[in-house]
Amino acid sequence: MKLLPCSAAKTSSPAVQSNVEDELEMATVRHRPEALELLEAQSKFTKKELQILYRGFKNECPSGVVNEDTFKEIYSQFFPQGDSTTYAHFLFNAFDTDHNGAVSFEDFIRGLSILLRGTVQEKLNWAFNLYDINKDGYITKEEMLDIMKAIYDMMGKCTYPVLKEDAPRQHVETFFQKMDKNKDGVVTIDEFIESCQKDENIMRSMQLFENVI
Amino acid sequence: MAAGVAAWLPFARAAAIGWMPVANCPMPLAPTDKNKRQDELIVLNVSGRRFETWRTTLERYPDTLLGSTEKEFFFNEDTKEYFFDRDPEVFRCVLNFYRTGKLHYPRYECISAYDDELAFYGILPEIIGDCCYEEYKDRKRENAERLQDDLDSENNQESMPSLSFRQTMWRAFENPHTSTMALVFYYVTGFFIAVSVITNVVETVPCGTVPGSKELPCGERYSVAFFCLDTACVMIFTVEYLLRLFAAPSRYRFIRSVMSIIDVVAIMPYYIGLVMTNNEDVSGAFVTLRVFRVFRIFKFSRHSQGLRILGYTLKSCASELGFLLFSLTMAIIIFATVMFYAEKGSSASKFTSIPASFWYTIVTMTTLGYGDMVPKTIAGKIFGSICSLSGVLVIALPVPVIVSNFSRIYHQNQRADKRRAQKKARLARIRVAKTGSSNAYLHSKRNGLLNEALELMGTPEEAHVGKTTSLIESQHHHLLHCLEKTTGLSYLVDDPLLSVRTSTIKNHEFIDEQMYEQNCLESSMQNYPSTRSPSLSSHQGLTTTCCSRRSKKTTHLPNSNLPATRLRSMQELSTIHIQGSEQPSLTTSRSSLNLKADDGLRPNCKTSQITTAIISIPTPPALTPEGESRPPPASPGPNTNIPAIASNVVKVSAL
Repeated sequence: MKLLPCSAAKTSSPAVQSNVEDELEMATVRHRPEALELLEAQSKFTKKELQILYRGFKNECPSGVVNEDTFKEIYSQFFPQGDSTTYAHFLFNAFDTDHNGAVSFEDFIRGLSILLRGTVQEKLNWAFNLYDINKDGYITKEEMLDIMKAIYDMMGKCTYPVLKEDAPRQHVETFFQKMDKNKDGVVTIDEFIESCQKDENIMRSMQLFENVI
Repeated sequence: MAAGVAAWLPFARAAAIGWMPVANCPMPLAPTDKNKRQDELIVLNVSGRRFETWRTTLERYPDTLLGSTEKEFFFNEDTKEYFFDRDPEVFRCVLNFYRTGKLHYPRYECISAYDDELAFYGILPEIIGDCCYEEYKDRKRENAERLQDDLDSENNQESMPSLSFRQTMWRAFENPHTSTMALVFYYVTGFFIAVSVITNVVETVPCGTVPGSKELPCGERYSVAFFCLDTACVMIFTVEYLLRLFAAPSRYRFIRSVMSIIDVVAIMPYYIGLVMTNNEDVSGAFVTLRVFRVFRIFKFSRHSQGLRILGYTLKSCASELGFLLFSLTMAIIIFATVMFYAEKGSSASKFTSIPASFWYTIVTMTTLGYGDMVPKTIAGKIFGSICSLSGVLVIALPVPVIVSNFSRIYHQNQRADKRRAQKKARLARIRVAKTGSSNAYLHSKRNGLLNEALELMGTPEEAHVGKTTSLIESQHHHLLHCLEKTTGLSYLVDDPLLSVRTSTIKNHEFIDEQMYEQNCLESSMQNYPSTRSPSLSSHQGLTTTCCSRRSKKTTHLPNSNLPATRLRSMQELSTIHIQGSEQPSLTTSRSSLNLKADDGLRPNCKTSQITTAIISIPTPPALTPEGESRPPPASPGPNTNIPAIASNVVKVSAL
């Protein structure tokens, strides 16, 4: 991977531009993905699908990598009413598997490959990874509450029925009742997968986005 | 949602899997893509330049031409591409809009061409991106102003027969060039303004002494004469003001306008003086009022466009002038204070108070330096020099802004005037082009008739005289011919032999005229009494007389500037004579036809075989290409046209 340090896409946030060196580095970042054949072997997409995906990816991020701000911006375009920055942040962390602050095309494809072409096990694994914010293998109630609030934030203020203050908390409680088998206040990966496989709705909805590409 | 981001929708949908485990209720079904086909490349051939893009790119905006099924109309089956016969440069911008979601406006492109292209592709110009929107709006505004300008001047030039007397008067006041009366009025008022101003000035000049008293100014020495002059001027101004008031379309607005206020202020002192004579108390005030007589000089602004531009500039630079004034006031106060306290110590200092120091500060800052007040202490001198240095700077700063404003407005005016002046030439060119097309029809008709005639006369070698016409031309001519047949009328056809001469050898006409001038003179005298003079003055081809029609032909010829329109018309008659076989009745009938002739018609001179087609009375056909408003084809018509045309000369120099 020929990734140069310090990614930068079209938008630049003041937080990143802390000093002159950063600016210089940002100006020259370019990332070229691995060869098409390699990616095809690594993921479950065909060449054509990879081409389509890359064209869309490169259109929004000509430099080849997505940093968090661009990611947030792109994601917020799909949810204009609410504030999707928090959820986008979690999503970004889920995609950025090597935690270098940038999602390259390989990361992107890896994530998408799991989400769209992976087995149910892999998908559930990915979801667990998303919920586990500090990646310690356990989902705590606080983590779940953050995720829930982020999801509810995306809806925005103008909803029917009006969003109640404690709706996220209640939702978290419901979730933990369902998932936390040994009632120790945290959900492990096994508990999670086991509980999900027992739930009809969840199983069915996992197959929902099969034909996205 | 921006079009470019649509490519990320699959990602967003895939990421939605993250919500699934948390959801309590089942998810809705996903929409299926029924017409799912592989994304294919579309080839867009725009005037030979090939652009290729994905079909989905174009389908991002389904309410445009390219995004909807409308483009199928342009699909070329043979080459399997979409062909557009439009500008490829602008198409580049249009296609980039589909690709990036942003529409840019290239600076080098003409605004109306760009608008046309956008309208063709069904794209609203309002979505032009922020980066180019300002430029687009500016250019559009300029264009609209130009069009409005053209429209206004066109309206001015149109002869509106139904103007009331009041409206004519107002127009005469506003545009002195519309009639000679207006011009006379304009010059008379200008003269009297000048006289009035000069008398005001000369009044105060000391005029020599009357024995036994001190030196008197002229005003008191020849008071009667000056009083008479003043009265005369005020009479004229009063009459002018009342006439303007009467003619103004909106009296209330007229009274409030600047020029009318100046008029009133200029004449008021006289009347006030009449009213309160010999009253000691107010005579002092009366003397002050006489100062206002100097406002008469502002009446010249009606006469000079430059003055008006200056006034307009000052008005538009009000903020800069205000800033100048404010900063100067600040600086004056500061420096006056400083100087006062610096010079307080010195004895017999002229800087008695701060307001007294104002005078020094102003004189120094504007670098006048009268020298009536100078600092004596060292501190005073130091601060005085700082004052003069800063004065230069403070004054120099806003001045370029004002100057550039003035220059911009002045050039705008120049451009408007130049456009108006060129408009006539432009219209004349357009007219020539239009007559060209009608001439072509008559030419071809003449050729057809000529061929017939020549064949009948047995000169086959000249039978193939006409040029080959294109298919479109021949179809057009056929159309005109059909109309002729329908109405039973026809266009007059030119003399075949004459036209042959002109189409091949141009100079022979000239020679012919000289040879037959004598012969033609008498006949022309009879037949063109009223229309001769117009032909001499109507070089621009604006009149409708038959003689002037010849002048249109002169534009094609190299030696077109000879005042031979008359001679040329005589030449027509001469050729009639030359043909010899014509009856005099034919000539007179032809000439009378000519008198009534309208545009696009030519006097014909033909052999007897063609007579039947020609004698029909030409009506002013609707098909006449020169569609401008022309007076009805009567001999008084051309005359009334002339003053209007002479007065359409537009002065280009603004000052």
